[in-house]
Amino acid sequence: MDRIPILRMGEFLLVTIQVDMHDQLALTLQDDLAENINQHGSKGVLIDISALDIVDSFIGRMIGTISGLSKVMDAETVLVGMQPAVAITLVELGLTLPGVSTALNVERGMRLLRERVHAQ
Amino acid sequence: MNTVMDGSQPISIEQDVVLARQTVRRLAIECGLRLVDQTKLITAASELARNTVIYGGGGHMDWEFVEEGTRRGLRLVFRDEGPGIADMKLAMTDGWTSGGGLGLGLTGAKRLVDEFSLESTPGVGTRVTICKWN
Amino acid sequence: MTVLTQRTIDVIRKNEGGLLVNWTANLDATGVSRDARVSPAEIEGQTREFIRLLASNARAGDVSIAGNDWSEARAFLERLSRSRALQGLDSQSTASFIFSLKRPLFDILQEEYASDPAELAAQVWAISELLDALGLHTIRTFQKSREEVIARQQEELLELSTPVVKLWDGVLALPMIGTLDSQRTQVVMESLLQRIVETGAEIAIIDITGVPTVDTLVAQHLLKTVTAIRLMGADAIISGVRPQIAQTIVHLGIDLQGIVTKANLAGALALALQRTGFTVHRDR
Repeated sequence: MDRIPILRMGEFLLVTIQVDMHDQLALTLQDDLAENINQHGSKGVLIDISALDIVDSFIGRMIGTISGLSKVMDAETVLVGMQPAVAITLVELGLTLPGVSTALNVERGMRLLRERVHAQ
Repeated sequence: MNTVMDGSQPISIEQDVVLARQTVRRLAIECGLRLVDQTKLITAASELARNTVIYGGGGHMDWEFVEEGTRRGLRLVFRDEGPGIADMKLAMTDGWTSGGGLGLGLTGAKRLVDEFSLESTPGVGTRVTICKWN
Repeated sequence: MTVLTQRTIDVIRKNEGGLLVNWTANLDATGVSRDARVSPAEIEGQTREFIRLLASNARAGDVSIAGNDWSEARAFLERLSRSRALQGLDSQSTASFIFSLKRPLFDILQEEYASDPAELAAQVWAISELLDALGLHTIRTFQKSREEVIARQQEELLELSTPVVKLWDGVLALPMIGTLDSQRTQVVMESLLQRIVETGAEIAIIDITGVPTVDTLVAQHLLKTVTAIRLMGADAIISGVRPQIAQTIVHLGIDLQGIVTKANLAGALALALQRTGFTVHRDR
């Protein structure tokens, strides 16, 4: 698999990361998302990482970049489903992802996206 | 049954970083590490393996199970024959990077493990040893 | 091959009363029965019961206690070991209980086989092996009971130190009490994060009213936990920060931005309710 699928749900994009990504795959995802936001005029991006059992500094940086990119392109990003062990490790690593919105699961994430987008 | 106590695998290209993570995950479980400690060790290994590819121009990851009294641990060595690190103190500073990264690889990995040692000789190579105890 | 003869068994049965008296005397002499944790009535009941079982379970022949004949005696000893382990007695006094019956038994054998030294030696040997086997069985059970007690205490201790409680729908609280060391803080925080995932709670309140002081490492753990909770998609509120702890946190130079603190648990709950969309009002 050399691409992470991006699902379009109305004005939002949904990405569920289920594989152990090598760095190039992460970079491709970053580009694909920017392309999709642009093409569809998406208002929000939801990234589900509940299946990931590690997030290292490279993936962490990708998440931060996606969040920054979408902000510049007038879209909100919400990161959902981070496992406790992953969260503890990321904090210890020194990556606190400031500015990235988070939610416990996809449902909550979607609600948060709607609130954010319609509050504007 | 004979348990394999040590091994080695090459880390040459980016995909090898993924393979290294998978090996460390398997070994960490076998070693009896708690989930949080498994996650920390795999993450540290991921950072160091990536350094080996990007800065060391490829190298190896050696692993061994270690025992001390009732404690059991997993020790990993990442070694390369790359350009080495000229200023070790600078390399161990949060946020400093010679590449395009966040500069959290070495310092971050150090915070995630119980033992960490860095040896590097410019022109000869770099060797990072980490260990996590259960 | 050591074999118990019917004659030996018969002499034991005949002397049950005398054995009991001598055994009790022996227990008194060695101090085994003087432990305040075991009442004299209890000891008396136990000695009486064991002699009865010894007399009724013993069969002429092999001295193994593994068979069905001894199941009643084994069960009795297991109960005995377990109760003594729970009472906090050591394995030595539990084993001595059985071993101190040797002397009274040898005495009656000596009398019975006075004219036959060879048979006396054989029967003393047989009885000795039998009591050793029974004593060892006690120690084994005792050890196992102790291990169970320790395992249960460890579990209880961990549960005690991780009292994550549900305060409201979507609101968890972790009232921390006592001195925190880095290890305990880590375990407690991990269990809080796990409970957040399990319950889908939106807000976690960490109440440190009961914590007299924290060291730098613990303060750091606390703040890291708050950050980890945010990464998972929930919110954390720290309540009950004492002045001394506030000093430690400020001296650490940690960026407190994004960390919500409240003076007490009530204030934290009020904020949590407000955030989750609840209002509380008084009817009268």
